[in-house]
Amino acid sequence: MREIAAPIISEQVAKLCIDANYYLGEDVLTALKEGLAREESPTGRAILEQIIENAGIAKEGEFPMCQDTGFAVFFVELGQEVVVTGKTLEEAITEGVRKGYGEGYLRKSIVSDPLQRVNTKDNTPPVIWIETRPGKELKITIAPKGGGSENMSEVAMLTPSDGAEGVKNFVVDKVRRAGSNPCPPIVVGVGIGGTFEKVAWLAKKSLLRPVGDRNPDPFYAAMELELLERINKLGIGPQGLGGRTTALDVHVEVFPCHIASLPAAVNIQCHAARHKSVVI
Amino acid sequence: MAEAIRISTPLTDEVVKKLHAGDSVLITGIIYTGRDAAHKRMVELLDKGEPLPVDLAGHLIYYVGPSPARPGKPIGSAGPTTSGRMNAYAPRLLAIGSKGMIGKGEMNAKVAEALQKNCGVYLVSVGGAAALIAKSIKANENVAWPELGAEAIAKLTVVDFPAIVAQDCHGGNIYQEGIARYGIK
Repeated sequence: MREIAAPIISEQVAKLCIDANYYLGEDVLTALKEGLAREESPTGRAILEQIIENAGIAKEGEFPMCQDTGFAVFFVELGQEVVVTGKTLEEAITEGVRKGYGEGYLRKSIVSDPLQRVNTKDNTPPVIWIETRPGKELKITIAPKGGGSENMSEVAMLTPSDGAEGVKNFVVDKVRRAGSNPCPPIVVGVGIGGTFEKVAWLAKKSLLRPVGDRNPDPFYAAMELELLERINKLGIGPQGLGGRTTALDVHVEVFPCHIASLPAAVNIQCHAARHKSVVI
Repeated sequence: MAEAIRISTPLTDEVVKKLHAGDSVLITGIIYTGRDAAHKRMVELLDKGEPLPVDLAGHLIYYVGPSPARPGKPIGSAGPTTSGRMNAYAPRLLAIGSKGMIGKGEMNAKVAEALQKNCGVYLVSVGGAAALIAKSIKANENVAWPELGAEAIAKLTVVDFPAIVAQDCHGGNIYQEGIARYGIK
């Protein structure tokens, strides 16, 4: 067994909250620059230039890249031989969010109740997903999620007869209907299979993959590229003002499913495709 | 992109009429912030026939909920939020003399109609370019409902705040024009 004290986890989580919101990943920056080189719309190019410039300003450490510093969503890989001491793992992560969002001058965007809507003032609670792994390591990934793009997400319980074409049409139509709202250029997370709740989780988890990474299964890698091409023909463009760069990438994740079902989910990520990991 | 048009607030009908969907603008002067919660309160006051805490005549409302300001800075990051959530409120404020809104994403047909009827303009800034936009904000003063936190109404002094005309007073709509131009069947 390996013991990890809760304060060590909280400290690392606080740093993750800040780093994710100030430093845009090189994968996203590269994709934005490639989009800029290809973009036909002058307005679209001007917007992509602003987004790239914005990432440079954020990196200086005074202004987070977006004022919506998100719901703090965590994906945790917990080694089976790890014991967290002092607090539960969830409490340790929550404490880290409180600290990171405070010290990092990040916006507190969470209300304690969905209908009574009183701000919790420290951006807690986070959403935490834990999977176990063999071994003694603890890997924590944060993916702060903005409200504008999250609002444009959807689950569809398709039927097996809808097949791959049905799933693809659902995804492209969802992006078309989302239009300018989720701050394009976007990354499109797609889940296929599992159950009603599992498919939404898959769509979100797919967004953790670096932009430009393909699904290891050639069948789904081809689907990702086909979806990307179809989405970029919609003409929505940067910020929805028209152009070719609607999506930077499409990621598909799949899971076995019931003989009667074909669940599909789309989770849209804005261009502030933030995620940072730490291994403790 | 063509050279940006410099505009100053408060705006006159004459200036608003010169703005067309797709134009790039740089705004200098005062703009007021307001998003979901502040709009709900403003419209409740209008329903009761009571005055608003700010005089919006000639002014633009910026749909923003900024991140906290660091010491010595007027504001934190301050990019636009999704305007569609204010569709129900915007026509009411245009009717009392506001000259328009700054946000992101398309606004609906009722707002487009109100822009034409009241000579208003809907501008967009780049969602997620919040650090860049913050650099154009020179002062930030709360003017109403501080208890709403990031959603309170603030008076911002801006210099060359970058925006694009999305929906104009002539019925122009860059979203529809953009998809028509760049969409491939």
